[in-house]
Amino acid sequence: MNFDFAVILAKGPQIIAGLGVTILIWIVGTILAAAIGFLVATLRRYGGRLMDKLLSVPVEILRGTPFLVQIFLLYFGGPYIGIRLDPIPAGLLGLSIYGAAYYAEIFRAGYNSVPTGHAEAADCVGFTRLQTILYVQLPEMALLVLPPANNMAVILLKETALLSLITVPEMTMTVQAIGSQQYAFVEAIVVLALVYWGLVELSNFLGRIAERRLSKLSS
Amino acid sequence: MTTPAISVQNVSKRYGETLVLRDINLEIPRGEVTCLIGPSGSGKSTLLRCMAFLEETTSGSILIEGEPLGFIEKDGKRRAQSPSELRATRSKVGMVFQQFNLWPHMTALGNVSAALRRVRKMPRKEAEERAMAQLTKVGLEDRAGHYPSQLSGGQQQRVAIARALALDPTIMLFDEPTSALDPELTGEVLNVMRALADEGMTMVAVTHEIGFAASVGNTVCFLDQGKLLFHDTPEKVFAAPRHPRLEQFLDTYLDRGASMLK
Repeated sequence: MNFDFAVILAKGPQIIAGLGVTILIWIVGTILAAAIGFLVATLRRYGGRLMDKLLSVPVEILRGTPFLVQIFLLYFGGPYIGIRLDPIPAGLLGLSIYGAAYYAEIFRAGYNSVPTGHAEAADCVGFTRLQTILYVQLPEMALLVLPPANNMAVILLKETALLSLITVPEMTMTVQAIGSQQYAFVEAIVVLALVYWGLVELSNFLGRIAERRLSKLSS
Repeated sequence: MTTPAISVQNVSKRYGETLVLRDINLEIPRGEVTCLIGPSGSGKSTLLRCMAFLEETTSGSILIEGEPLGFIEKDGKRRAQSPSELRATRSKVGMVFQQFNLWPHMTALGNVSAALRRVRKMPRKEAEERAMAQLTKVGLEDRAGHYPSQLSGGQQQRVAIARALALDPTIMLFDEPTSALDPELTGEVLNVMRALADEGMTMVAVTHEIGFAASVGNTVCFLDQGKLLFHDTPEKVFAAPRHPRLEQFLDTYLDRGASMLK
């Protein structure tokens, strides 16, 4: 049996379309996840004890159940409670919420890393809570949260592969289909692995550049 | 009689079961330097932090130039100040911390100009000019572009003083401003504070620098176990015969430059 990548690569345009969907869902999903996660961490910190308790419930549930189960519940279970979403919005929503739970924990650690006195000093010169967060706490925690935040982005990228199971036309679904049609399943999977790996390395590379820039700023 | 800069009225503060401040009454006159001294755990830092509303009192009230801090009294009812009302009352007070608390991602100039830009909404150029003037005042105009990590402890504390001064407070609070510094570096910070006192700034300083309290302070307050034991001019406080508790406290200072007082 011979490996024949040519039959896979001949479907270049299709693969690229799938790759496009993967990248779109990944980037938009990660940005949303980080934004929601930051909001959740902030509300848990400053919204009072009740808010903290209330928000800890979804965070624990989302971190305690498999992503696959979550997207199945959202996509196949959603219609039972009147949430009918197309595959791409469903995938995007699922990925954002799932990632948000983890980003909330990353930012919680970030908040904890900023000495209380730095926020007190901001308080004393008249900063509002929002200004303190934006101009003091967020930039101070940036360097610390960057590596775990990038790590989470990488995990979310790979989790997008599961969205093929709710028929999101992303890269895994596309390449698998090509592999089955061309009787070149293993070749397809190898190509898939390489493309994901490439994207992960790209993310790590960008993460390292950002880290270097930030550490230059705060040294 | 003019209203005192700060008026502390029947202030008590409790952390759980522990009473850290017991019914404190104190008036800080305008234009004077008041030093709070006492052993650690005596409540002196807590009292100062209450004056900046970094801690809330359990009972009693603190007035800043006659205006209540943290609450508003109307028709005999007390309600908490809104964040913006609190900021307004607090804007008269500048705070300097033991640990400097400079923002590490901003330069010295950035630290001093930040509030002018964000709170006073000054254009960047104007804010930086004013910040520069404050840095010059504390002798650090040539360090404006340095980040806190590139400055010595004494320089960082002087930047922190400039940061507080930039907002034109009428009262400056110092929470053990030299305790985190090498003995060699305390001098430069104390000199800045002395200059400020000479200009007539109202100052309240929690300090372990007994020499500073004796030479610069107009009033020295001695706290012990949450109580304000006594307060008077340094001449009277340090003159023999001294209160036995103060005597005991000063004994621990013999090798810290206060021996001249004995």
